[in-house]
Amino acid sequence: MNIGILLKEGPYNHQASDTAYNFAEAAIARGHRIDAVFLYNDGVTNVSRLSDPPQDDRHVANRWSELAEKHGFKVLACIAASKRRGINDDILTKGSEITGLGTLTDIAIRNDRLVTFGD
Amino acid sequence: MTEENANIRKIMHVMRRAPHGTIYTYEGLEMILIMAAYEQDLSVAFIGDGVYALKKDQQTEGIGIKGFSRTFMALDGYDVEKLYVDEASLAERGLSEEDLLVDVEIMDSGAIGRLMNEQDVVIHH
Repeated sequence: MNIGILLKEGPYNHQASDTAYNFAEAAIARGHRIDAVFLYNDGVTNVSRLSDPPQDDRHVANRWSELAEKHGFKVLACIAASKRRGINDDILTKGSEITGLGTLTDIAIRNDRLVTFGD
Repeated sequence: MTEENANIRKIMHVMRRAPHGTIYTYEGLEMILIMAAYEQDLSVAFIGDGVYALKKDQQTEGIGIKGFSRTFMALDGYDVEKLYVDEASLAERGLSEEDLLVDVEIMDSGAIGRLMNEQDVVIHH
């Protein structure tokens, strides 16, 4: 199955990013394909490489970046939501891009499922 | 499904929150307006505190936020005409159809649930 993910919450403050990550890993392990992860609302902060959590904690931004690179999908941050929150091209993790909501619409149209994580 | 509309997806947006206090309703509305340009089968359901998003006469000056409730009135111009409001949510908040900014279809929760079940994509805000 081809799956798009919509992630609406930032890392650390909310479980949604961890759950989405675990879901993506599990789906790939079961033979499904992750088409893209689209970030909206505070979710756009999942791709800031300025993120610097304590060493004994998970690094959410790097973890997304590594999963995306390994499995050939992009983590896409909505441009309007990004601009509001100070996310721009200069601070993006590898494997992520800033794009528009039209891309989310395409993701919703072309996949078997769009799975949303967040409040 | 005919060949002509084989690529048209049924996409429902679900408004569940009061319009102010969090950004979810505002950014949700932005998402709907962009998706409206893609000629999909769009609908919007208002449930729970989401029904407040359509309340007439909202005054946002006091909280220093630009009001956006009137933007819901523009949805019609974008051919987003399927607006569904949960009857119980409205009644619980002491509101009636006359309190709302736009024409909507008021439905019971079961009917809204059945509509959700028919969608290809459901996005909550």
